[in-house]
Order: sequence, then C-alpha cells, then structure tokens
Amino acid sequence: MSDIKIQIDHFSYTYGDEPPVLRNITLNVRRNSILTIFGPARGGKTTLLRSLNRLTDIDEPGKRQGRILLDGQDIYAPSVDVPSLRRRIGMVFALPVALPMSIFDNIAYGPRLQGVRSPSRLSDLVQFALEAAALWDEVRDRLDSSALALSGGQQQRLSIARVLALEPEVILLDEPTAALDPISTAKIEEALITLKSEYTIVIAPHNVQQAGRVADDAAFFLMGECVEAGPASQLFTVPRDRRTEDYITGRFG
Amino acid sequence: MNRHQSQRAAYGCLWAAASITIVILAIIIMYVLLQGLPYLSLNFLFGRPEAQGREGGIMPAILGTLALGALSLIIAVPLGVGAAVFLTEYTRPSALTTMMRFGTDSLAGVPSIIFGLFGFIFFVTRLNLSWSLLAGSLTLALMVLPTLIRTAEEAIRAVPVSYREVSYGLGASRWQMVRTVVLPNALPGIVTGIILSFGRAVGETAAVIFTAGTALNIPTSVFSPTRTMAVHFYILAVEGISLPMAYATGAVLIVTILIINVAANLFISRGIARTVRR
Repeated sequence: MSDIKIQIDHFSYTYGDEPPVLRNITLNVRRNSILTIFGPARGGKTTLLRSLNRLTDIDEPGKRQGRILLDGQDIYAPSVDVPSLRRRIGMVFALPVALPMSIFDNIAYGPRLQGVRSPSRLSDLVQFALEAAALWDEVRDRLDSSALALSGGQQQRLSIARVLALEPEVILLDEPTAALDPISTAKIEEALITLKSEYTIVIAPHNVQQAGRVADDAAFFLMGECVEAGPASQLFTVPRDRRTEDYITGRFG
Repeated sequence: MNRHQSQRAAYGCLWAAASITIVILAIIIMYVLLQGLPYLSLNFLFGRPEAQGREGGIMPAILGTLALGALSLIIAVPLGVGAAVFLTEYTRPSALTTMMRFGTDSLAGVPSIIFGLFGFIFFVTRLNLSWSLLAGSLTLALMVLPTLIRTAEEAIRAVPVSYREVSYGLGASRWQMVRTVVLPNALPGIVTGIILSFGRAVGETAAVIFTAGTALNIPTSVFSPTRTMAVHFYILAVEGISLPMAYATGAVLIVTILIINVAANLFISRGIARTVRR
C-alpha cells in the first residue's frame, strides 16, 4: 500500500468572479500522519478541507481545476458516491455542534444513516468512539441525556467521537479548538496524537503553536497558495521561504 | 420632552396598543360565550337540528366542521410541507423559486370568496364532485396552502446551517438530512402553521357554502354535502332563524378551536422535550 493517502494535484478553486480561493495546490497527505495546514485567515484552509470531502458541493457552487486522489482514486470522478466518500473522510468543524438529541443518538447518528440497527453493535460503536475521543469517562453515566447540556469542550470531543463512529479513514479538523479553553484544547490535542496510529489526520489549527505541537507534516497557506510544505520539524525550525519564516516568527498574521 | 419623559411616553403607547388589542379580543370572545353558553346543553351538542336549526342541536355541524378541517389538512399538509422543503433544501435561489414564492404570496392575498367560486366551478361542477366534503376540503386546502408553505419555510430556515453541515459531513444523503435533522427541528414551527390553517379552515364560510353546501345531515362519506359550524352560525344569523342558537354555535366553535390549540401546543412541547431529553 502506498505511503500517500491523499494526493492533491494542481488543485484550484474559484467562487464566481472572485480571485481563486485556492491556486494550483499540490500537496500529499501521508498515511497515519497528522498534516497541519496553517497560515493567516482567508488563506484557503477551510476551502481545501471542505474540498477534501466534497462539502463544497453544498456551498454556493464554485469552479474546480485539478484533482484530489484518495488512495489513487479521483474523489471528483462522476462514479463517486458522495455520502460514502464523506463516511471515509470525516469532518470536525470549528464551532462545536451537538445535534439536539441524546449523547448516544449523536454518536449513533452516522452509523444509523448507514443502516446499522443492532443495539449491541451501536452501543459498542458509541463506547469505542467516546473512549477514543477521551469523553467516555465524563459521560458514561448519562448517555441518554441531551448532548446540548455538555460544555463546549465536551461538545467538540463529541463531534470528534461522532466522526470516529463512522470508522473513517481520514479525519479533517477545521480549527477544532478555536472556541475552546486551554484545558479542553490540551485534551483534544492529546486525543489527536493517539488517533493518528489508526487514522490519517488533516488539521487546520487555530494558531502556529498548535500546528507545531501536533503535526508530523506542515503546509503554510497564504492567500490561496501553498507557499511551502514539508516535515513539521523542518518547516517550523528552518523554513525555506521567507514568508513562512515571517509568519512563524510572528512578523505578520 | 426629555429622554426620561419620552421613554415613559413610548412605554405608555406600546402598553396601550398591546392592552387594547387583548381587551378587544377578550370582549369579542366573552360576548359570544356569554350570549351562547346559556343555550348550551347536551341536547344542543349531541342532538340533530330541527326546524332549520331553530330547535334541537348541532351535531351534524360539529362533525362536518371536524371532518372538513381534518380532510383539508390531510390534503394540504403534505403538499405545503413538501413544497416548503423543496424550495428551501432542494433548490438554490433562482428565477423559478422567486416565481414560486411570488405565486404563493399572491395566493395568500386572494379573497376566500374567489377560492369558493373557483372551487364551485372546478371541483363542484367541472369534476362533478357536487357539493361535498371532498370539494370543500380541496378548496380549503388550496386556500390554506400559502400559510402552510410560508410558516413551514420559516421554520425550516430557522434550523441552524451547522446541523445540516454535520449531517452531510457524517455521510447523510439529502433526504436523510432532511428527515433526521431539518424536519424534527422545524416541527414546532410547522405545527404552528397547521394550527393557523385549521383555524382558517373551520372559520371559513364563503368558500365552504359554495363547495361543501349547507346540508344539515351528518356526512357519511367524502361525497356527502355538509354544513360547518361557521356556516350554520352564518345562516342562523343572516336568515333570522334564531340568534340565540347562532351564538350558541359560535360558542361551541370558539371552544373547539381553543381545545385544538391547547392540544397542539401540548403536542409541540412534548415533542421538544422528547428530542432534547432523549
């Protein structure tokens, strides 16, 4: 099996007549690693993540060029079933969203969409997902109570657990700790590092420090361009591009 | 006038506006109830009318009202909610959706007598349904559709976009997303629209006289002609048959609508409690 899980190949994305949100991005995501896509706001990070599981399909329609390959298969090929693709590539959003139902039903939501009905299978999945997202110990006694009563940090781990219950191959996280306090952030970062042995993770962190803490690989995005990509250890210590260095050292952004 | 005084003046005016509205409403309801309640009896509720309604009861009209209201909702709710879901979830804003919305809004402004006339010409004579529950219900269904579509659309729009994204992100098809996320969360608003529609349907006279007729028999099928309480009230009052009986009928109509409102609200709050707690 190839070491490359996702291959982004000269990918561009444009909304209407505006300048392209993504310009000619070429980037590889290695299997079982954490790739962090960082850079200032409006750099195209969110659009790239949303392109990876075709959530851009539900937005205002834009124009696409280039290819994105998952295990060598073009995800924009006409034969691709989009719901199945989204089960393989799960997404966690910046703002925690608990659906207005019980904790159990939130986690079981994805599997039920796929037709999993067996109560024992569902409760196995729920426990597995909550444990992997480091939330099980806090909610095991109240799985039947409303998920809306959880704190923001708990709701975000719930969102991660909800994705894990799909047993995906790739997890996308768009500034998953943007709305959270430092303690919740630390819990989520710990969970992510544990998860990478099983999953391929792409994260748009909400600051450079987080990018440095969790990433194996890093890519610096500026105004829709991928300025520089490489191993995090190299990119955060000896960046090749002047703009990357300026951003990392806090000269702008 | 300084800031403090203008604040007091504004408060006073707004308070007066709210109070006057409520007081007028209360006076109307109290007046009808006071005039009608003394004539209420078990015989009035469960008896058949005699002498054109001068004597006896209004059982056929009660049954006719409920049947007509229910049947028109059975026809209108799937259409209205379906159209609202289609407009909000399955289309992007375009000339076509603008036209469809303009159409429903225009439909909302059409006087009910026009609906009655259309129902008479199309359902009663052209489709040969004659004066019947079915012809009346179809007409009323058309009449309440704009209200239903509008309220359902508002309710569906109020469901947070983030819920939809989560649902799609977890691999839901569009219909799965609508069924599991949009409809359950829009339900309270949709039910409000249904209650409003029911109120309009059972309170209607003009459109009903033209299409469901004024027969004083208990309807036995959807092809039977029938008379609703509102129509009964109208005929008793306008033809000078019996004003006391008219007010008694009005009282029953008001109480019926009240019961249905309370029941629907109970249903909504239960429904919400269930989705939130479960």
